[in-house]
Amino acid sequence: MIKNKKNNNPLILFLSKTSEPLFSKKNKALLSDPMDDNNPITVQVLGVCSALAITVQLKAAIVMTVSVIAVMAASNVIVSLLRDLIPNRIRIIVQLVVVASMVILVDQVLRAYAYDVSKELSIFIGLIITNCIVMGRLEAFALGNGVWRSFLDGVGNAAAYGFILILVAFVRELFGSGNLLGYQIIPDSFYEMGYENNGFMLLSPMALIIVGVIIWIQRSRNRKLIEKG
Amino acid sequence: MLEYANLFIKSIFIENMIFAYFLGMCSYLAVSKTVKTAVGLGFAVIFVLTITVPLNFLIDQYVLQPGALKWIGPQYAEINLSFLSFIMFIAVIASMVQLVEMIVEKFSPALYGALGIFLPLIAVNCAILGGSLFMQIKDFSGITESAIYGFGSGIGWLLAIVGVAAIREKIAYSNVPAPLRGLGITFIITGLMAIGFMSFMGIDL
Repeated sequence: MIKNKKNNNPLILFLSKTSEPLFSKKNKALLSDPMDDNNPITVQVLGVCSALAITVQLKAAIVMTVSVIAVMAASNVIVSLLRDLIPNRIRIIVQLVVVASMVILVDQVLRAYAYDVSKELSIFIGLIITNCIVMGRLEAFALGNGVWRSFLDGVGNAAAYGFILILVAFVRELFGSGNLLGYQIIPDSFYEMGYENNGFMLLSPMALIIVGVIIWIQRSRNRKLIEKG
Repeated sequence: MLEYANLFIKSIFIENMIFAYFLGMCSYLAVSKTVKTAVGLGFAVIFVLTITVPLNFLIDQYVLQPGALKWIGPQYAEINLSFLSFIMFIAVIASMVQLVEMIVEKFSPALYGALGIFLPLIAVNCAILGGSLFMQIKDFSGITESAIYGFGSGIGWLLAIVGVAAIREKIAYSNVPAPLRGLGITFIITGLMAIGFMSFMGIDL
């Protein structure tokens, strides 16, 4: 079914796109908006679970980011191709199946080429399935928009999600263990002068507090995001 | 009997779904504005976790694990279907949620009124799928253990969401810096509560 649709879809895709360049202003906004005004984690509150649990080390956060970008781009494209065929009543199950098959592909690739990282991420690769950011964007965007725009929306949101992930992991690994990507960053002379790693950064509560502080900084710079109440 | 009690306490306090693994944070942040709705969602999570974890345990044990299909015949002993576990678990969860919703609606309209709106939300709650995936990693020996684990994790989740909802109701009266209002302060409160729950960590059960 998907293959058939793919074969005749490029025609429709390109016909409708003749009037609009691939990277028009509107399409670029799909990529850049999630970075600030509409960030999936700090503004839309989607996909928080995994953002917190795997940010002890930068390496795991980067692998997770790449996986989420792959899953989101692929499932946004597939759901957008199928959007006229999916009956409204069972759309959640169809979306779950699409996302789950993409996640299985990513999981198998990780197990084949990066076994130790995939062990470290343990259940969190599987949890991309229920990561609200994927379902949220499918529901809110891919079901009602064309293939190319959905692809950009998926990449944009996943990249913005990854940006927060990497930021939190950067802070936690640098101050928690003095390393980045496993290499020592804080020089030995600091330790001789009495500097000590803040082991607390490695524990889970600090992830929450760091995200809270990121939200604080973002909203004090961008005051229209402040909640009323 | 004692190890069941240990597992129960461990899954509530030491391995709390929210404070130790951050599972189900999305609905935790969205639905914790008032205690009443928080209690409703919390009970729905307990309900669904207690059903889906043992069910997925059976599926893992008799269908998915390497060599699990031996009960059909010796020629199937080599088959390893474990790569299918994500899609099987999520299918079981989605259909169970649907089924539970229908049964509750039929037999207990009062309970349906209380839980109804929350049940569909739960199919995509990370805590539910997380419970099943942890069950697979932990390698439980029997269905009772996995049921206790599911029940305990659900209670831990309920405790967390009711606690934070009560704090959020009170904090509405205090003067929080404007950029922190709402989401930001909730993250920090959850962080502080998680520090409190960490005091259970050293307990060896």
